Amino acid sequence: MNPRLDMDRIIDDRRTRIIVCCGSGGVGKTTAAAAIGLRAAERGRQVCVLTVDPARRLAQSMGLTSLDNTPRLVEGVFDAAGGSLHAMMLDMKRTFDEVVEAHADPARAAQILANPFYQSLSSSFAGTQEYMAMEKLGQLRRSDEWDLIVVDTPPSRSALDFLDAPERLGRFLDGRLIRVLASPVRAGRPFTKVLNAGLTVMTGALTKLLGAQVLRDAQTFITAFDTMFGGFRERAEATYRLLQAPGTSFLVVAAPEPDALREASYFVERLDEERMPLAGLILNRVHSSPGTKLSAARSLAAAETLEGMTGDYAVAAAALRLHAERMNLGERERRVSGAFMSAHPAVPVAEIMALPTDVHDLAGLRRIGESLALAG
Amino acid sequence: MTARDTDWEGVRLHVVTGKGGTGKTTVAAALALALAHGGRKVLLIEAEGRQGIARLFDRPPLPYEERRIAIGLGEASDGRDPGGDVYALAIDPEGALLDYLKMFYNMRSAGVALTKLGLVDFATTIAPGLADVLVTGKATEAARRRRPGGGYVYDSVVLDAPPTGRVGRFLNVTAEVSGLAKVGPIRAHADTVANVIKSPQTAVHFVSTLEEMPVQETLDGIAELRGIAGMQVGGIVINMARPAVLSREELKVAPDVPGMARALAAAGLHSTDMLAAALAEELAEHARHVELQDRERAELEAAGQPIYELPMIAEGIDLAALHRLAAELRDQGAA
Repeated sequence: MNPRLDMDRIIDDRRTRIIVCCGSGGVGKTTAAAAIGLRAAERGRQVCVLTVDPARRLAQSMGLTSLDNTPRLVEGVFDAAGGSLHAMMLDMKRTFDEVVEAHADPARAAQILANPFYQSLSSSFAGTQEYMAMEKLGQLRRSDEWDLIVVDTPPSRSALDFLDAPERLGRFLDGRLIRVLASPVRAGRPFTKVLNAGLTVMTGALTKLLGAQVLRDAQTFITAFDTMFGGFRERAEATYRLLQAPGTSFLVVAAPEPDALREASYFVERLDEERMPLAGLILNRVHSSPGTKLSAARSLAAAETLEGMTGDYAVAAAALRLHAERMNLGERERRVSGAFMSAHPAVPVAEIMALPTDVHDLAGLRRIGESLALAG
Repeated sequence: MTARDTDWEGVRLHVVTGKGGTGKTTVAAALALALAHGGRKVLLIEAEGRQGIARLFDRPPLPYEERRIAIGLGEASDGRDPGGDVYALAIDPEGALLDYLKMFYNMRSAGVALTKLGLVDFATTIAPGLADVLVTGKATEAARRRRPGGGYVYDSVVLDAPPTGRVGRFLNVTAEVSGLAKVGPIRAHADTVANVIKSPQTAVHFVSTLEEMPVQETLDGIAELRGIAGMQVGGIVINMARPAVLSREELKVAPDVPGMARALAAAGLHSTDMLAAALAEELAEHARHVELQDRERAELEAAGQPIYELPMIAEGIDLAALHRLAAELRDQGAA
């Protein structure tokens, strides 16, 4: 039996400075992050929730109406314990622009920002969002304005993307390949003998595929960006270390479904490899039946009995069938999550019951926070 | 072969998208099974290298190769129509790039060497649209491929596409590569791909659950595709719907707990007061859930596209469940 995840102990511990909610898409990560942030604020912490892509109504419930890359105070939070809640939505392009502006003189920054290659990199490269989420987290942490930052990771294809993408982007920008490949198009610079035949073929293939213009834009970008590489890499490494620091807690969020739990499993193993501190698993949207333990089989049998009798039993029979379905679903979920738990017996777990309706106000977030704490 | 009216007569490439967690891959697989009737041959393509199709059909990871993985849904229960064949292909940008280099430059072996040097990663990084063009290119190529005799190799192709938030960019290939060479092979390739995707031969179906965020993303996605000239929005597949156990009128009435307790006692159950209270609460929760589902369904209906509804399968998805979903899609006219 896995230990229970004690959410209140984590958020009440002043040494906890960062909580990262991760997991595959569609499992309720953003809602969980918001609920944890709200609960921590109402228990006296100065909290900032950094979110990437919230549902419209959830965003509205926290007063986030615009994507302006700045933390905004959330109104309606109970402040009796002296805490507060800020929330912000990430604008990845603007964050990237700010990094460039902070590291280059104005003329060079303007040159970089106008480069077509930079524009595609900053708005559509598969790792940029993850990289910028981590960059923003680092900024918020360094500002020291909040004593707890709750971050919701980007809705990646895989839960692991956000750990890998910053490094991938950093490696790419700082890569030897990009420099060597870009160098032949540098004006007036002849091919040297050092460049082997393979590389020539490669440049040829790239020019065929992409056209010379793209390579030229990349080269201009690299030249302008050159002085920034060191700073760029340092920042990425600092953020990575921050994630390994004792003040950071990772929460893996999953729904009790095979795909989500498989991702969660990969993630738990990966965090362990990277020596990143896993606080536990939040199993979201679990179906159970708190009021009665009546089994699915007995429930269905009773429904059939009632349907065979004369009398006005339709509602009771329907309720019994509904209950049987719910018990079956809960049983399947337990089987699926049981496999995860046997594979990771030391990971603390908290379950959040499935709600019949969506969450779109602070009261709803508060209820989720409560059920999360009660589960521990 | 039997002739049936379906909503997508003339469509050869079915693109299936949906928000993460809505069961997009499951629906794509069920659609492929439904389309593979009467001896038809269907190719099911996975675009994002997650091996979801292999898992669904309980197979080892699929290579970059078209392989037969299942028999389609037959029309008749007496075995006169044994169903056609479903082939599957998992596309990754790397394989697609090598394929492309081989097809257009006959340089596959050079391509393999280039892969080792990290070319694919590099090329797709500095030109993010490239990977998408190569993947959609492979799907459209399969949809247009002909046998030596002249007929199509595949009667239909089903593409399990990227999630809704990315699908507009993924499919709008010409815009994606506009930053690349204005003329030249990739550009020409993109134009060929676009001719298929932006034609009546292609339909883009959206998978949604009856929850706020997937519905909103579906509506946003539909609006986005409608803004791209020539793109055909297909059906909306509502997945994992929980059917109401009583009529809407009956659900509106608060359950009569003492009456329910008497009914439960009549059925031979014990502790009926507590049980009735618990079941009444579950019923009330169900009523709220049904109300929410109805509201979200109405939003989807307002989009004006054909709607198909698939039930939640509590036991989990296996081949039998896929066949059940395929039969639903067929009976509702999707295939």
